[in-house]
Amino acid sequence: MTATTIKFYQTGTHTVGNRLLDPEHRSVQADMRRTNSLNSGHRACQGCGEALGARYAIDAAMQATDNQLIAANATGCLEVFSTPYPETSWQIPWIHSLFGNTAAVATGIAAAMRVKGRSDVRVVAQGGDGGTTDIGFGCLSGMFERNDDVLYICYDNEAYMNTGVQRSSATPGAARTATTPAVGDAPGNVFGQGKNLPLIAMAHEIPYVATAIVSELRDLEAKVKRAMEIRGARYIHVFVPCPLGWGTNSWDTIHIARLAKETGVFPVFEAERDRIVSVSKIRKQLPVEAYLRPQRRFAHLFSPTPNTEAIAHIQALADRNIRRFGLVDPAAETAVAAPVATGNP
Amino acid sequence: MEKPFAITLDVGSSLANKTGTWRTYRPQYVDRLPPCNNACPAGENIQEWLFHAESGDYEQAWRALTANNPLPAVMGRVCYHPCETACNRGQLDESVGINSVERFLGDQAIKLGWKFTPPASSSGKQVLVVGAGPSGLSAAYHLARLGHRVTIQEAGPFAGGMMRFGIPKYRLPRDVLDAEVQRILDLGVVLQLNTKVENIEQTMKDSGFDAAFLAVGAHIAKRAYIPAADSARMLDAMQVLRGMEDEEKPMLGRRVVVYGGGNTALDVARTAKRLGATDAIIVYRRTREKMPAHDFEVEEALQEGIMIKWLSTIKNMSDEGTLTVEKMALDATGFPQPTGEFETLESDSLVLALGQDVDLSLLNGVPGLEIKDGVVQVGTNMMTGRAGIFAGGDMVPSERTVTVAIGHGKKAARNIDAWLRGETYAPAPKHALAEFDKLNTWYYDDAPKMVRPTLDLARRQSTFEEVVGGLDESTALFEARRCLSCGNCFECDNCYGVCPDNAVIKLGPGNRFEFNYDYCKGCGICRTECPCGAIVMVPETI
Repeated sequence: MTATTIKFYQTGTHTVGNRLLDPEHRSVQADMRRTNSLNSGHRACQGCGEALGARYAIDAAMQATDNQLIAANATGCLEVFSTPYPETSWQIPWIHSLFGNTAAVATGIAAAMRVKGRSDVRVVAQGGDGGTTDIGFGCLSGMFERNDDVLYICYDNEAYMNTGVQRSSATPGAARTATTPAVGDAPGNVFGQGKNLPLIAMAHEIPYVATAIVSELRDLEAKVKRAMEIRGARYIHVFVPCPLGWGTNSWDTIHIARLAKETGVFPVFEAERDRIVSVSKIRKQLPVEAYLRPQRRFAHLFSPTPNTEAIAHIQALADRNIRRFGLVDPAAETAVAAPVATGNP
Repeated sequence: MEKPFAITLDVGSSLANKTGTWRTYRPQYVDRLPPCNNACPAGENIQEWLFHAESGDYEQAWRALTANNPLPAVMGRVCYHPCETACNRGQLDESVGINSVERFLGDQAIKLGWKFTPPASSSGKQVLVVGAGPSGLSAAYHLARLGHRVTIQEAGPFAGGMMRFGIPKYRLPRDVLDAEVQRILDLGVVLQLNTKVENIEQTMKDSGFDAAFLAVGAHIAKRAYIPAADSARMLDAMQVLRGMEDEEKPMLGRRVVVYGGGNTALDVARTAKRLGATDAIIVYRRTREKMPAHDFEVEEALQEGIMIKWLSTIKNMSDEGTLTVEKMALDATGFPQPTGEFETLESDSLVLALGQDVDLSLLNGVPGLEIKDGVVQVGTNMMTGRAGIFAGGDMVPSERTVTVAIGHGKKAARNIDAWLRGETYAPAPKHALAEFDKLNTWYYDDAPKMVRPTLDLARRQSTFEEVVGGLDESTALFEARRCLSCGNCFECDNCYGVCPDNAVIKLGPGNRFEFNYDYCKGCGICRTECPCGAIVMVPETI
């Protein structure tokens, strides 16, 4: 029997860091010298998933580029809570664009750097789902099509949160928002065709596309690092729960993100050009109800009477994700092989 | 001030914005009492020594362990490990093999010759310990480390008490016991063998002892009245097990019957088998479920071919060794009642293993003592009714195990130390228990328990070689690292990583973390995502 790489908790398989791990194997977030690109004092709500996701991603990008990084930021929560003029929480060169043109602004910065011969300076564009999947979609598609040397990061909290939780094209079916109230025959948001931006990005055949989630820090950091090793247009879609807009407890942000992955609601994968190259498997598969129940935006699905039809619809979408991306590993149930005890007698 | 184009205000950092004022709940780091520590009769800080073992610092682990228990190599063999029964990991996959790791550390210490640190100063006080069993040795060790001069007076020819005269070699090799006893004596403890204390008051007065700890154990075998012919060979378990330490081993014959249902009965039967008995039969009046012996010992005995006759009592024994056995039936309350049905059983010898009593003769004439049910009554400080005389181990009311005895020794030593200084020992208040529901088990991967190797059956039935082996370094390290660190920060960096407000300050290796309350908004993610339950949220006072 061979001794396999045992994954137990101290080596930080799932935790942020670990005292027993070699420093080079620890996450950026475990490092006392991390940049804290998005610093304390920002005005995000308690338990904000986007603030967390943004610091994870930009700190990783800073480390990957040796701190030679410029960020363009679309209007949205992330910009509003971090930079009320003249204060800022950003500890990196950072520019605020319009709601819809971040990709174009970032393209411009990348062009300027090229002209100046500063190939060491890398450019990130970032925004929420509204600025990415709705308003900035045209600019973003152009950036992809031209293969501009920009990493675009979308922090997806599934609605326009800073203006008061209005529906976006990333809002899931049945979710209650200010503009899709839980009334009538089909309460909450309609089940539309969906608008899967990572797959749209893959259709542009850009060099690198990935999805990530705040509950899987190491995976998220690895993807940002990988993206920074590549030139050309890259896209990372980060799933970030919003306690305010989703009606969840502030302390459950990471827990909710984890449930989105474990139910198959949000597939976590990585693609090069149009080909998926890796998938983060579900560890303990759960029905979508586990994910929906703790969220007040889905409360109307459970009371006064359960809306079994809508729940089944969401389950069908999750099941489709599981099949399509191969999220469940049939061999995952096999036990970890352990080294055999030898020694006396 | 000259400002750049289109700028009218001074630029500033958001650090000016103290978001800590939003908070209604504040996170706080806590230490909780891990269930293993809570269950340990010797009061070991198991989570702490596993923490050191996890990083491969075995000597530090051993030093943390021996702060409470001086006999880890013995413990790692004979302790019934209630810690593992209590272990939270048991609810996840399997409990941590604490006992195996303890044995590994104990064996490592013997192999590498680690010594205890002698006390920095001497108190000038003299303490007498009566009995060199686990309780006496433990008390002597703790008293010596507290700076007192300790003399142990032992009635027998060797130190170890029941560890030597009650536990067979195949469970506890004598070189292991000797090594751990010697290490205690190296602290300057004086051991006087073959010295029976006849009168405690007199001995204390004659030699000028300031206090005494009595731990004479329970060595007198209980007898049952069984009519037997003159030449019938009937012995008691103590005679057999003590006889195993002599040159001449006890003669038991080919068919040995053992009467009783405790661990001692099993020890005797297994010993008889190893001495060459073809049949070793245990006769017990109740059922396996009601048997006081530990299940793993019953299992090991059955593997070795020991036979057990359940629901049976022995009525008499003839010259030829024929036993008349009456069948019993359990009544509604679970007590065995005679059925009037008899059968016979051939035997070469009958060994009674019906429990032991305490020889209390050394206490004759001591005023103020209370003796009830054959044992000495002590207060919570382990002191008897006579000031300055303390007692522990099997001679006081307790569960009679080595580990409990060691715990008594420690507790008595601390109280004796305080008493000698004219003070009262006040144990540190215990933390709240770290229950399973305090953990976030998402962060723990499944990892199977390391199983200790077992001697093959043929050698178990014919030799006194140790039955259960030890773990090697890699497997012991693996096992140590299965610890969940319940209720105590193990520096996984989760709180530091998951705070959306950078309000956790990492203080560096070994120094844990601190909250920055200027910016902590009190969201509570750190509490939810702490794997081991070392963070609590408390309401802010407004």
